Amino acid sequence: MTTAPATGTPSAAPPLGRTIVRGRPRYGERVVETGLALAAFLSVLTTVGIVLSLLDGTREFFSQIRVRDFLLGTVWTPLFANGSYGVLPILSATLLITLIAMLVAIPIGLGAAIYLSEYAGGRARSILKPVLEVLAGIPTVVFGFFALSFVTPNLLKPFFDSIGVFNALSAGLVIGVLIIPIVASLSEDALSAVPQAMRDGALALGATRTKVARKVVLPAALSGVIASFVLALSRGIGETMVAVIAAGSIAQLTADPRQPMQTMTAFIAQAASGDQPTGSLGYNTLFAVGALLFVITLFINVISIRLVRRFREVYE
Amino acid sequence: MSVRTGIDAGVEAGRGHERRGTLGRASRSERRAGRAFEAMLLACLGFGLLVLAVLLYDVITTGWSRFNLDLVQGMPSGRPARAGIQSAMMGTIWVISLVALITVPLGIATAVYLEEYANPERWFNRAVELNIQNLAAVPSIVYGILGLAFFNRGLGFGGSVLAVALTLSLLVLPIVIISCREAIRSIPTGIKEGALALGATRLQTVRRTILPNAIPGTATGSILALSRAIGEAAPVLLVAGGLVFITFNPEGVLSQTTVLPVQIFNYVSRPQEEFRTVAAAAILVLLLILLVMNSAAIFIRNRFQRKW
Repeated sequence: MTTAPATGTPSAAPPLGRTIVRGRPRYGERVVETGLALAAFLSVLTTVGIVLSLLDGTREFFSQIRVRDFLLGTVWTPLFANGSYGVLPILSATLLITLIAMLVAIPIGLGAAIYLSEYAGGRARSILKPVLEVLAGIPTVVFGFFALSFVTPNLLKPFFDSIGVFNALSAGLVIGVLIIPIVASLSEDALSAVPQAMRDGALALGATRTKVARKVVLPAALSGVIASFVLALSRGIGETMVAVIAAGSIAQLTADPRQPMQTMTAFIAQAASGDQPTGSLGYNTLFAVGALLFVITLFINVISIRLVRRFREVYE
Repeated sequence: MSVRTGIDAGVEAGRGHERRGTLGRASRSERRAGRAFEAMLLACLGFGLLVLAVLLYDVITTGWSRFNLDLVQGMPSGRPARAGIQSAMMGTIWVISLVALITVPLGIATAVYLEEYANPERWFNRAVELNIQNLAAVPSIVYGILGLAFFNRGLGFGGSVLAVALTLSLLVLPIVIISCREAIRSIPTGIKEGALALGATRLQTVRRTILPNAIPGTATGSILALSRAIGEAAPVLLVAGGLVFITFNPEGVLSQTTVLPVQIFNYVSRPQEEFRTVAAAAILVLLLILLVMNSAAIFIRNRFQRKW
């Protein structure tokens, strides 16, 4: 509403001989505006609700377990009687699986984005882009099934003899596929936003098409491209169903991706389906892990929002 | 997923003079490297297509023998030969109807406020905006924790249709808002200014020009957001649990319920091989529902979208 200065009162010269009378106040307009603002406010309430619901259980949890033991402990058996509450095994499992996922998603997603933005013609794009959209629309529980029933027995078993039914590798690979569309779509937005004049300039100076893509367009769009990586990272860390189904539910501190592992999200899902009584330590553990997950992803999201804003500022 | 505008046309127009890279001609090795680079990029896209094909092949070959009416009519059961998904399908229908009733009006209201009323300089509006961006990227299982603490235990709704629907509504609301805003933004300002210039009030402008023109975009975005909600398992797992078999259809919003993705998860995580067949057949049903919804969204987009 910044574009129309002449909206409210008719300030242009009134016809001679007639006075402009202030119209009767329109209360209905105010009521509607307030109603709409309240709807917008609901989204703020959602965030407040998330923080409050996490805070309550987390505070209870830390009244019984020391923060140091939680963050630095290396044994995670919270649902046992006399359990240990060291979060490192499930934190490291989350990071390892996300790392595998990023190794898949970054090169393939970025490659797809460069092709769509720099090489594909209108027709090729209209056929190829929906492939990514379909991939993005498949429920994660389906990807979990795929990891368990296809990737592990058919793709991993032939290479790794000792690999079990549940392993971090299949979960990581499949989560990687799952986040390709995020990298591809957001990177393509950033690459397409680079002004055509920059490409033309490089071409006029004798650069080949490959060089234009790699040395001109990609660096110019870098902050947007990195923002897409960061957002994909946050999606990978928060992904639940694939990790629950394919990586198993054994929390162990290991760097061997052929082993079963439990991620933070998988623990939350497991603890919740165990139907813990409200207020028990097991129930509160779920909130402590949830809070840690929320803080990590919030931190990552803020970085990505900043990066996106920066590339928007440069070219729009 | 992304809306492309004039930039595309520019990229397309610039394509005529790409091949003649160097002054004169590119060397032979340079051209060969260029072609290899392009082929590599295309392979990246091909990889996505390949995974999609293999995934569908795997699901169809595994689940085809149980993909029949018995599956849809049977109730969840611990005996694989009789196990079905009826209550889960009915649960999904109940939950999604409720999610639609909650999110569509709220999403449109928020979008109209942010696009037509809010002054982007005010801190309140900037906070709302930043907040929506961030909410869209919060992991879905965190919404599950919110649903568990507030709707299931705090308000005492238990694992009911209402608790699940409220949780999923909060989850997809940011997506609905973002797509509604895009729909509103694509309407040329001239239309709105025309109405204002003719003496229409702000509310009249919104009701008679903005909303009617935003319907196709809003409908498309809402359907896509709802199909996201249909596929979500993790938050429902927290709010409604996932281990017990619910062998009755919901009779009201306070009925205990389960949804299709959670039932699939339940079957997948059982050790017996036969349950994998049931899970794959249920996945086929889920994918079919999503296919219908996405086709509807694409149809509406192509049929009713106006080019200005």
